[in-house]
Amino acid sequence: MNITNLFRIAIRALLRNKMRSFLTMLGIIIGVGSVIAMLAIGEGSKVSMREEMSSMGTNMVMIMPNFQRRGGVNLGASSSMVLKYSDVVALRNESTALESVSPSVQASGQVIYGNQNTQTTIYGVSEEYLKIRKLEISSGRIFNSNEVKSMAKVCILGQTVVETLFGTNVDPVGLSLRIKNLPFQIIGVLKDKGESGNGQDQDDLIIAPYTTVQRRLAAIDYLNGIYASAVSEEKSPVAIAEVEEILRRTHKLKEGVTNDFRVMSQSELIETVSSMTDIMTYLLGAIAGISLLVGGIGIMNIMFVSVTERTREIGLRMSIGGRSRDILAQFLVESMLLSIMGGILGIIFGFLMAKLAGTIMDNPTVIKTQAVVLSFMVCFAIGVFFGWYPARKAANLNPIDALRYE
Amino acid sequence: MNNTVIEIKNLRKDYHIGEVTVHALRGVDIKIRTGEFVAIMGTSGSGKSTMLNILGCLDKPTAGDYILDGINVNSMSKDELAKLRNIKLGFVFQSYNLLARTTALENVELPLFYDSKVSAKERHDRAIKALESVGLADRMYHMPNQLSGGQQQRVAIARSLVNDPVLILADEPTGNLDTRTSVEIMELFQDLNDKGKTVVFVTHEPDIAKYATRNVAFRDGKIKKEFMVEERLFARDVLKNMTVENIEEFDI
Repeated sequence: MNITNLFRIAIRALLRNKMRSFLTMLGIIIGVGSVIAMLAIGEGSKVSMREEMSSMGTNMVMIMPNFQRRGGVNLGASSSMVLKYSDVVALRNESTALESVSPSVQASGQVIYGNQNTQTTIYGVSEEYLKIRKLEISSGRIFNSNEVKSMAKVCILGQTVVETLFGTNVDPVGLSLRIKNLPFQIIGVLKDKGESGNGQDQDDLIIAPYTTVQRRLAAIDYLNGIYASAVSEEKSPVAIAEVEEILRRTHKLKEGVTNDFRVMSQSELIETVSSMTDIMTYLLGAIAGISLLVGGIGIMNIMFVSVTERTREIGLRMSIGGRSRDILAQFLVESMLLSIMGGILGIIFGFLMAKLAGTIMDNPTVIKTQAVVLSFMVCFAIGVFFGWYPARKAANLNPIDALRYE
Repeated sequence: MNNTVIEIKNLRKDYHIGEVTVHALRGVDIKIRTGEFVAIMGTSGSGKSTMLNILGCLDKPTAGDYILDGINVNSMSKDELAKLRNIKLGFVFQSYNLLARTTALENVELPLFYDSKVSAKERHDRAIKALESVGLADRMYHMPNQLSGGQQQRVAIARSLVNDPVLILADEPTGNLDTRTSVEIMELFQDLNDKGKTVVFVTHEPDIAKYATRNVAFRDGKIKKEFMVEERLFARDVLKNMTVENIEEFDI
């Protein structure tokens, strides 16, 4: 029997039971559909997270103090005081791969305007900070170096702070507020940035000159961190190496002593987050894969029913010249057609589901070709795998018994 | 020219059911020549069904030789037997065994699907010819459930003819039909036989066996009686009389 006849016979057999064929396919349709949709959602959230993090500047380099242990004792607070303004100066002077460097000092405290108040974080930075973090001003201006030098009591507000203290549609530039009971003049307002990938409000902050925050608000002589930007994303590994080299020197660390600081680049962070979302994607895909498996078992079930129901047909086919392998091929082709048709419809269904999910969750969904190809191949494998056993059963029937089967 | 279709020598068939051995056939010798019309008779358990299965190459004998159209069947593999059935034999069953929800034409085409030498067009043409020869030219696209029992059996006969077999084997072809339709089916078989087809059929009705040229009666796995039919019935005449009888019955 040639291939064309094989397919013709299988298609006719499936068309004879349209409803059943469709219901059998439904298992595969839902299975493939959900695999594709889940992978698309996972991939989509990875992409959007990447974008989110890239918007903070892909060439950003962060330097944080490293909490050290020496002889099992956590040196805690004292080891967090290792970063000094002199480090910033050294980095600015010596590094070639860094474009700009800004110290960072944090203080948190109550902010009062009129009868409104809020609790927020005040970041003390230099004027380069906004460029490094890709922050933009929506109104007003950035403080200048004179204001940094003179510890001027000026500040730039994030949108959330503006809304809490002043309400919407108010431009507070030029007004004064009190941070930890010190009067500050508002010189600018930051552009809305929204939530970060992990749900943190990126607009709930106040930016002020680091000198002001360090001396007037936090009353410390060290820095909480240093933010810098590499000349380009590709240069950030070089920048990291340079920073380590320079800081080890300025911190007078002997060989073999671990760093008392940590250097991280945004691109590294992006990789970490990506691999985390990858795990989530695989998990979602695996769960959806189980439903695909259940669909496959459905095919096997129906093929068994079909073989039993068509025992006499099988007997007849054998008596008029069908060999065992013709019968095997016929039932295998039937189950493969079911799974492949189911796969094709499932891919369409998956596209629609992904689109719908994307609209509902307001998150982009990305359908990768690999996911489509993979699930299609899995379908094919399912058709062969779950069709094999029933087909074998059919092929091994004895024609005499099969013809007399009631 | 070899005009023997079937030659069987000392054929035995044993079945093992658990520890019990059943001797279904205990040494059968028979020869059937081209153009014969043979009825195999016997009660249930006489071995006639086993005989038909072996004649149809669906079962292999335990011992003895079966030569079909000059080919010794004993040494053939399962696949070779399937091919032999496809080319040499035509089957007609008591319960028709037509594929449901499949047109008469497609049912008749079925054996040719398993012969890769036959093209789609040839398959179609031969199926149409076979249906025409059983008088169902106007029922080609009907499904089995739209046909009467007699018409379904005609489709089955057309199916058995479509591969131009050397032998048509029929297992109680009239078992599910009323008297008149039975005679009509026998008329069809007699027509085919007149055109030279060799027909072997199994029946337990002596009336039906009288339409054949030769009767072979089985009992306990052996041929008990074998004779040429003396007062052979001709279906055409029987049908004519039936019509007259019916008219008379209605008149009274």
